[in-house]
Amino acid sequence: MRFHTPKTFEAAVAIAAAASGQTRFLAGGTDVLVQMRAAMVMPDDLIDLKHIPGVKDIARTADGGWQIGIAVSGAELGRHAGIGADWPGVVEGMQLVGSTQVQGRATLVGNLCNGSPAADSVPAMVAAGARLSVIGPQGSRDVAVEDIPAGPGRTTLKPGEVVTAVTLPPRGQNGGDAYLRFIPRTEMDIAVVGVAVNLRLEGDKITEARIALGAVAPKILLVPQAAQAIIGSTLDDAAMDALSAAAVAASTPISDKRGTAAFRKDIVGVLVKRAARIAYERAKGAAK
Amino acid sequence: MSKIHVTTTVNGDPVEFLADPRDTLLDCLRDQLGLTGTKEGCGTGDCGACSVTVDGVLVCSCLVLGAEAQGKQIGTVEGIANGSELHPLQRKFIEHAALQCGFCTPGILVAAKALLEQNPDPTETEVRYWLAGNLCRCTGYDKIIRAVLDAGAEMRGAN
Amino acid sequence: MPKDDLKTGYRIVGTRPDRPDGLDKVTGRARYGADISAPGMLHAAVVRSPHAHARIIRIDASKALVLDGVKAVITRADFPTGLTGEDWNLQENTIAGDVALYDGHAVAAVAATSKLLAQDAARLIEVVYEVLPHVIDVDAAMQPDAPVIRAGTADHSVPEGMHPNVVKYIDFGHGDLEAGFAAADLVRAQTYKTEATHQGYIEPHACLGQMGADGKGEMWVCTQGQWYIRRMCSAVLGTDASQLRVTPSEIGGGFGGKTTIFMEPLALALSRKAGGRPVKLVMSRAEVLRATGPTASASMDVKLGMKADGTLTAAQVNFRMQGGAFIGSSPVGEALSCALACYTIPAVHHEGYEVLANRPKAAAYRAPGSPMAAFAVESLLDEMCRELGLDPLAVRLKNAAREGAKASYGPTYNRIGLVETLEATMAHANLKVPLGPNQGRGVASGFWFNHGGETSVSLAIGEDGTVTVSVGTPDIGGSRASLGMMTAETLGIPYEAVRVNIVETGALGVNEPTHGSRATFASGLAAVEAAKQAIKTMCARAAAEWGIDADAVEWIDGAAAPAGPNAGKFPPMSIAEIGAKMGSTGGPISGHHEVTAGGFGASFGAHVVDVEVDPETGRTTVLRYLVVQDAGRAIHPAYVEGQYHGGAVQGIGWALNEEYVYGADGRLQNTVFLDYRIPVASDLPMIDTVIVEVPNPGHPYGVRGVGETGITPPLPALANAIAAATGARLRSLPMSPPKVLAAIKAKANGQG
Repeated sequence: MRFHTPKTFEAAVAIAAAASGQTRFLAGGTDVLVQMRAAMVMPDDLIDLKHIPGVKDIARTADGGWQIGIAVSGAELGRHAGIGADWPGVVEGMQLVGSTQVQGRATLVGNLCNGSPAADSVPAMVAAGARLSVIGPQGSRDVAVEDIPAGPGRTTLKPGEVVTAVTLPPRGQNGGDAYLRFIPRTEMDIAVVGVAVNLRLEGDKITEARIALGAVAPKILLVPQAAQAIIGSTLDDAAMDALSAAAVAASTPISDKRGTAAFRKDIVGVLVKRAARIAYERAKGAAK
Repeated sequence: MSKIHVTTTVNGDPVEFLADPRDTLLDCLRDQLGLTGTKEGCGTGDCGACSVTVDGVLVCSCLVLGAEAQGKQIGTVEGIANGSELHPLQRKFIEHAALQCGFCTPGILVAAKALLEQNPDPTETEVRYWLAGNLCRCTGYDKIIRAVLDAGAEMRGAN
Repeated sequence: MPKDDLKTGYRIVGTRPDRPDGLDKVTGRARYGADISAPGMLHAAVVRSPHAHARIIRIDASKALVLDGVKAVITRADFPTGLTGEDWNLQENTIAGDVALYDGHAVAAVAATSKLLAQDAARLIEVVYEVLPHVIDVDAAMQPDAPVIRAGTADHSVPEGMHPNVVKYIDFGHGDLEAGFAAADLVRAQTYKTEATHQGYIEPHACLGQMGADGKGEMWVCTQGQWYIRRMCSAVLGTDASQLRVTPSEIGGGFGGKTTIFMEPLALALSRKAGGRPVKLVMSRAEVLRATGPTASASMDVKLGMKADGTLTAAQVNFRMQGGAFIGSSPVGEALSCALACYTIPAVHHEGYEVLANRPKAAAYRAPGSPMAAFAVESLLDEMCRELGLDPLAVRLKNAAREGAKASYGPTYNRIGLVETLEATMAHANLKVPLGPNQGRGVASGFWFNHGGETSVSLAIGEDGTVTVSVGTPDIGGSRASLGMMTAETLGIPYEAVRVNIVETGALGVNEPTHGSRATFASGLAAVEAAKQAIKTMCARAAAEWGIDADAVEWIDGAAAPAGPNAGKFPPMSIAEIGAKMGSTGGPISGHHEVTAGGFGASFGAHVVDVEVDPETGRTTVLRYLVVQDAGRAIHPAYVEGQYHGGAVQGIGWALNEEYVYGADGRLQNTVFLDYRIPVASDLPMIDTVIVEVPNPGHPYGVRGVGETGITPPLPALANAIAAATGARLRSLPMSPPKVLAAIKAKANGQG
């Protein structure tokens, strides 16, 4: 294996483009190193992106959103007051990834590009409408986070492409988001079900919503039907029941070592209501 | 498959070693530098026995490549005491019988020290969640949590 | 709670001094299995079967052997043939013969000049398998259509007509069962299942072995028993036990799982083949979970008869257990013996079957067999108490085994402390804490025999009067401290004046491992006897110096003194003075004691747990936990509490989330700690403890042994608490959220 430490994204892409064997990009390494250890992945070229200027930065965008460098760790994200105030759901999703130690290394983009349908930070990014800047042999592009997952362990990124930043949109007025997952213990597990809700209010009424579900399908789902179930409502019981039913209906989970399909369907219906309640309360708080 | 020459600082001492690109920082600490206080319990970041700090950030050294240590400041269990003067956490772990087999102890001490540095007065719940990635199979965590809380109290009193 | 028959007034016993190995363990200096290297050392890696059951057609190591730096490859062909009984089992489990018997079964091993090279070489060893049908579940393995794992394994005990996978049958009891059930007002029978769990020690198995062509060898290894390693490795390799010198490292947890061998002979065989170069072999966590340790899985029927006042009239248990593909590896005998041991019941009958399955060879795990048995019996007892509207602790007290009663497993109980334990439990404040919605309280009792066993201890007086104790039981949970305390107490010297060393196999006679809760009991007993022997010698030296009769000297507060005014008038001669002069007064002074220790006393416990169950997700939160257990005597109460805490939390893990998960292909699915879910710090509250002290008359300080009982009550206590919180009764472990939620829904649908 060759270990590279390029100083620009262009150089990283060039190394990847020139490589003939397996290539992996390294940021936090919390997935890649585990896969290497288990001999699931044996890269010929490992490209460490952390020497590229700006990858640890968090900055306001011109329109009031946030641009997050690809090597910003969960711990660093969690300490950032501005993002925590705007997008608490995104932050709590990322902070549920692994232990305190893993938080010292793990990144949003790594969590996304690992391609797990159970990735904790991804549903909240999808619900938030986060976008990625991508650079590759064919140039740069901008892509929605929900368009990246392609199935377990797979993404839609093309060979040689590398993500250069994550952008969260401006929070705007009267909005709130939340992420909840279900695990058997209190920590250290992979989500059996994950649910992210992002919504906006006008008075007590929900005017916009985006709802994303994790670990209930081959990839993380954005579920417009679930959002429709609460748009126009005040999260009354009927809306909650419709929300729950829509989330359950959209889910096509499997049974595996972490939970049965039937259990996952039960849980997604419960968690989506709980997450919606938290997001709603946060939006109300923001409106004060 | 050529090795990488890494120059770094461990517990304040300048060190250098040759790392295979696949070697983890844990491998390098233990096998190249003879710092065997840092333990491998799982190799997958799930047990915390290999906890170290890199530039002050708590990490699992099994999830860091040795090559990534270039130019960093590494902190391990061997650097917690000040010479022969134990850190309050070390004294409290002995005093509270907070270890049985002692294998998870180095990682827990490193992690607990990082906690108290950023949160000198944690609640019991905060200690439990901070240490959730440090598995202990002997103690049921009870005496560990008490020792960390007591060390924090002593350190606050001393300041 | 000191009892009136408890001798008091000890200086050291019952205090909480610092453990002697504490400093090394908080500074990273303590050396565990993988922490040692040797000049010229090679590193090993093991090739393991990816199949649950497969014939090994061919092993081709040629691609590995051509790599520079690869020094040796071994297969079963490098081991002697003709072994029988458990020795054959050990060899077969160390490295597969014609057939790989479980996912993870070792097939070949390689030694090379670096760890990465050994791992690369292992991947280049090609093994051709013919996959055979497999069976995992214990009940399925008994069915007529189950694949036969090893024909002809069954012993003579098995009744005719059973499937060849049934390899052992046990049947015992006493009393008139029919009359007992006839006398009952309520008779209930239920079936229970438990999945295999792993001991989950954080230190993976590790050793450094060296052996020459002459069969002389050395090994550094993390183990609970260095003599077991010596005997087992020698048997597997066909060498003489005395030619192998085994030094135990510090041990990073064992819980029974490090009382046997798994891969140690591979390191020695590789070394022998590589010209005697030392070979280091360290397991990965996945190897630990796939190929070491686990406990048995169980399927259990229980039938109990109870009078309306709670008196038990009859009990019948029928247990099926698999302990992997090897006869004698399941703890079915212990499970049966523990099942009803807490109670005096006029009629009891036990039946058990050991069954082979395509799983790793089970090892001991903390009170082997007892937790499963307790889950079945204590759950049914709780159900019947509820049905009859009786207080579950009062019913346990009413039926509690007492001194002089015939134990369910045969012998008559000596002094035991279950009654005192239950009384202390009933008096505890935790029982008065009010519970909220979705909360429930569960109680259960537990039992372990404890153990004595082969023990050899030496003690030597230093020239300055300080004392070295050499023991053969590795220190897992603080036994150096307790052994040093008992020695110092006996000698009348400060605790700090004693050093306890855990020694290698050349230094003492054969010792059994630290197992069966025996280290503080048996090594303690032998250390005290060795100290008394040294005292006798020191008194004789003083007597000679003073020119009086040796019988006229007594030992008081660390010094020899004339026994009364008639013996003569001499100032006391301290241990330091005696030590300083010993070269000229007759030579070195030591004490030694070796014994197959009897006199061990059972330890009973009772646990109370409060839980809250989320009715929408089935997740259980432990709110409050109480352990009450009879220690006999707590030499170092902090480490007794530590055993209570640790046992309870391992039991909580077993009850709620730990299990071996197999795929349809017979492969273990959860081979990392991410998915083998042991409790983490944030899952738990503080664990309350009460140390009951009913001294064991078979030990000089009353020690019973406390390591194991604590893991037995949590399984049923949690089931009983979940039933109290939800109304749903779980009869299968683990009580993971999917199962609890399904039970809650079934209950709501009227199927509970």
